[in-house]
Amino acid sequence: MSERAAATRVAARSADPSVTLVPPPRPAGRRGRARMALMGVLGVLATAVLWELYKVVVPDDGVLMAGVRVLPRTSDIAMPHTWEMVARLFEPVTRAAGADPLWLAILSAAGFSLGIAAIGWVIGVVVGLALALLMQRFSLAESGVLPWVVLSQTVPLIALAPLVRNWGSKLQVGPISWENWMSVAVIASYLAFFPVAVGALRGLQSPDAIHTDLLRSYAASWRQTMVRLRLPASVPYLLPALRLAAANAVIGTVVAEVSIGLKGGIGRMILEFAQSAGGDPPKSWGPIFGAVLLGLLAAGSVALLGVGLRRYRRGEELA
Amino acid sequence: MSSGRKNAAPTTGAAVSVGRLDKVFDTKGGTVHALQGIDVEVAAGEFVSLIGPSGCGKSTLLRIIADLEQPTGGTVTVFGKDARRARLDQDYGIAFQQSGLLGWRTIAANIELPLELHGVGARDRHARSAELLDLVGLTEFADRFPDQLSGGMQQRVAIARSLAERPNLLLMDEPFGALDEMTRERMQTELVRICAETGAAVVFVTHSIPEAAFLSDRVVVMSPRPGRIQRVVDVDVDLGPAHERTDALREDRRFFGAVTAIREALHAGSASAGTPDGAQRITGPTGPDDRHDRLTEPA
Repeated sequence: MSERAAATRVAARSADPSVTLVPPPRPAGRRGRARMALMGVLGVLATAVLWELYKVVVPDDGVLMAGVRVLPRTSDIAMPHTWEMVARLFEPVTRAAGADPLWLAILSAAGFSLGIAAIGWVIGVVVGLALALLMQRFSLAESGVLPWVVLSQTVPLIALAPLVRNWGSKLQVGPISWENWMSVAVIASYLAFFPVAVGALRGLQSPDAIHTDLLRSYAASWRQTMVRLRLPASVPYLLPALRLAAANAVIGTVVAEVSIGLKGGIGRMILEFAQSAGGDPPKSWGPIFGAVLLGLLAAGSVALLGVGLRRYRRGEELA
Repeated sequence: MSSGRKNAAPTTGAAVSVGRLDKVFDTKGGTVHALQGIDVEVAAGEFVSLIGPSGCGKSTLLRIIADLEQPTGGTVTVFGKDARRARLDQDYGIAFQQSGLLGWRTIAANIELPLELHGVGARDRHARSAELLDLVGLTEFADRFPDQLSGGMQQRVAIARSLAERPNLLLMDEPFGALDEMTRERMQTELVRICAETGAAVVFVTHSIPEAAFLSDRVVVMSPRPGRIQRVVDVDVDLGPAHERTDALREDRRFFGAVTAIREALHAGSASAGTPDGAQRITGPTGPDDRHDRLTEPA
């Protein structure tokens, strides 16, 4: 019998089973993050390669079967080359002298839309959280309000836009009168509040019976229970809801800009450039990239929020 | 029944007094008589275990004493006050089978939670949590998070938390039920020491006969459907006061005598008993199974 076996036995005996430390969850290291960024870039490149490959393989007029086009056209009007789209970004918007390069025009339009979307997101988050708190506090409110919250999302935006604009135009508070961008923000918030209301309610209701019992045994008030238990416990549910709300706010802004007819934003730009697509095909793709960028920025900001609230997501990291 | 109205350190009178207690649950399947005619008195500083098969209402009884559940009839007083007043005055500390630690708080902050809720200043809170961490031997883990601790350590934190307000009464609902046998015995020994140091009375719900025998001054043996007190076994007559016991007792003949006495009282009350030769019979379901105890309760 080796000494080593004996030593192992001693070590095993001296190990206190109640003092075994579980190693802390390893955070995603710098290498892991670099890898993720690389995969993201590769994903974009792969999409471009697929696009060009499709253009090479499929004939200009697409593929027709029994008179029905089953694969879309690949002509340079329908599907410009990816490099043309990129190159177009660095040319002026119009032929008029002193016109900005396209990328600058797109960025400023995207910035304008992002501002409105952010306001819509904030309104949506506030309203959604308020509704969730109300529904958590009174179960009667949950059964009375939740179906309406769900139903509200079945109203098409297109139908809503003129209504909001009409109602708004009748509002005037002192020197401040209703403007079109406000209507757009309200519509964006209408899409944004829904995931927040539903996600926050689930999160607020997520603590186990043992935790609510414990706080009751401490004679904690509803407010104390909310601040110390329910709100922190809701964070893992709230963050995906906030991300969804951000995406919804961007979509709401882009669509509402078109239906309200608000100038200056990316939604309107998509529409305008699409109309000129016949003469300048790559140009109409610019604002679409802008809209994608907008969505990424919005979701990214929420991800940043999640980093700040890391402490409340320990369970998530372990899972 | 005690009528003293003292809040701080009552050295005389009963810690808990339960009289003619009834609890009926209305469920879809009809009414369930969870507790019937329960009379229990727990003296200050006394360790009383509630033991019985699943469904005997021992957890429900504990929850009624804690004012987490309302009785259908009868009276409950804690240090001479009604249960609600006692809860509002923080006269008891409580621990459950799960530690119930908040994952986003450090160990120290978890222990300080009740103090924080009751407006104790930061410096006093830190001093108290340091003291309690020392008591349960976890000083170096103060800044860790619950998910970094083993189950036994988490349960020690929960016990430290239940002691935060210096209660004269501890209510414990199977606090060691989810632990392995080795850890469990260590925790029992530790609890004996803590009780000796704090002088608190304890009401302790358990499934385990040796656990009840080792820890208790008295063991209240309950029978199910309806939950009733079968018998009260005075363990301390043979084993001495609960807070003076040591690990050596576990191999003492008197300890086995107490185990046998509790076992016989338990089996006399359950319909499935009547195996007089079953000396090695295991005491029935343990651990998470105890949830059956509370299955009949409304959510």
